[in-house]
Amino acid sequence: MKSDTIDIRHVAALARIALTDEEIERFSKELGDLLEHVRALERLDTQSVAATAQVVESRNVFRSDSPRPCLDREEVLEAAPQRQGGFFRVPRIIAE
Amino acid sequence: MTNDDWTEHGAAAIAAAVNGRERSAAEVTRATLARVRSVDGEVGAYLSVLDDLAMVHAEQVDGRIARGERLPLAGVPLAIKDNMCLRGTRTTCASKILEEWVAPYTATAVARMLEAGAVPIGKTNCDEFAMGSSCENSALGITRNPYDLQRVPGGSSGGSAAAVAAREAAVGLGSDTGGSIREPAAFCNLVGFKPTYGRISRYGLIAFASSLDQIGPLTRTVEDAALAYDVMAGHDPCDATSIQRDVEPAAFALRDDLKGLRIGLVREFDTQALGAQSDELYRAAYRDLELLGAELVEVSLPTAEYGLATYYLIAPAECSSNLARFDGVRYGLRVPGEDIRAMYDNTRAAGFGPEVKRRILIGTYALSSGYYDAYYVRAQKARTLIARDFERAFAQCDLIACPAASCPAFEFNAKSDPYSMYLMDYYTIPMSLAGLPALSVPCGWTTQGGATVPLPIGLQLCAPIFAERLLLGAAHAYERATNHALARRPALTAERV
Repeated sequence: MKSDTIDIRHVAALARIALTDEEIERFSKELGDLLEHVRALERLDTQSVAATAQVVESRNVFRSDSPRPCLDREEVLEAAPQRQGGFFRVPRIIAE
Repeated sequence: MTNDDWTEHGAAAIAAAVNGRERSAAEVTRATLARVRSVDGEVGAYLSVLDDLAMVHAEQVDGRIARGERLPLAGVPLAIKDNMCLRGTRTTCASKILEEWVAPYTATAVARMLEAGAVPIGKTNCDEFAMGSSCENSALGITRNPYDLQRVPGGSSGGSAAAVAAREAAVGLGSDTGGSIREPAAFCNLVGFKPTYGRISRYGLIAFASSLDQIGPLTRTVEDAALAYDVMAGHDPCDATSIQRDVEPAAFALRDDLKGLRIGLVREFDTQALGAQSDELYRAAYRDLELLGAELVEVSLPTAEYGLATYYLIAPAECSSNLARFDGVRYGLRVPGEDIRAMYDNTRAAGFGPEVKRRILIGTYALSSGYYDAYYVRAQKARTLIARDFERAFAQCDLIACPAASCPAFEFNAKSDPYSMYLMDYYTIPMSLAGLPALSVPCGWTTQGGATVPLPIGLQLCAPIFAERLLLGAAHAYERATNHALARRPALTAERV
């Protein structure tokens, strides 16, 4: 594993979270400490081991591609921070 | 306690009385709501109390009983962790970002409980998005341990645990990702049961770490846990990971001895490290298992010590992905910005608390380009090794017994460094990574560490995948023979009258 320190600003940008200077300092330290702990995994020989994504028996799950009842549109839009008619309203995405 | 105080009764007794028309669901519900009014001010178990909805459900249950139906949970007061949806109620995940969100649908597990006659008393506090081990990460309120109000109830399902311990519900629903049912059960003198991964549908459980999350009950007896499990377990087409297998009812497989069972004690889990009193209590618990007829064998889980490191990569990775949906567009909090990107950044900055941000950041890092193989994939491989350890162990035994937590309930603000809080789940995480059914059952009381009143501790029992019946059956035998839970009552003002 790499021993790089975390570029917390880059990670926060990927995660879409605005951090204060105080948070940047605090999380850099805390995440650095946690990564020291997880480096314990380097001691395990995992060369020839398959990765586990999910532990219990599983196979592809199919369902018929047919319409069925879904959530009521009006009820869902009730929860929207901002709406316009039958749509979620968001800030402009494409410049004029 | 008098026989007329229906808040003292468990789910089995309440359902029997309501089905037998000795008591109405409405009476039991009114008594429970009165209890909530008298004690929840000091406990703080509930984020919302559903007085009106509870009475509507109670009257429906009484109507069904009057028409000749028999319901497995008739009139049983239910506390629902606030990360499970119940249509028309606020479902906050104890977060700012969902503080005002009203669920437009109902989680399958909750729907099955209500269909079986349970009455929804309220939605309970938890660590924000179920991330924590003390309930202290809630953005919306403080929950206190009913056995010592100066201490935490455990977490993340601490509100449901406190509600059931304080007799503000007979059954609490929790979710367990790395120990979030079992640890609060141990802290609050309860039975806390996490079934096999996939046994109970996760539909309507707001996702934290999808390969680990599992719903389960917190109750005052093993029998009540089995009743709730029997109602909730089983395939659900709305959750593609829910198991397509028949569930054999566990409530009919409760046993009174452990004859013929081999119970494994884990060589690497030395209870001496937990201090003299805890060590003695766990040794006594193991002796009791033997006295009940079990054969004790030593088993080894050599990679279990890597459980924490594995978990704190996998769970945050999945959390960073799952919580990406909270972006201020379709529901929940929105904090405006100069453009949409600033809106995302500001919404998530204001909407998430420190622990959730920490885990999103760690997970984002572990999944990011250049680090994915070194962290995430390595953790997934470690997970394989941990699961294999259990497979080998279960070749030698039927069940594994070990501590449920490394200490009893601690005081508020005692774990200021994040990693010291993560260590609380040392004994529960390996089972979660392996997807195994496991539960905590009360096994004694301790004043270790200067506690002014004795505090409960829990024995964890763990079974192979799908062996819930065996697990609950054995836990029932241990509980009936030892009765540790009955030794003390909650330390509430209402109790001192």
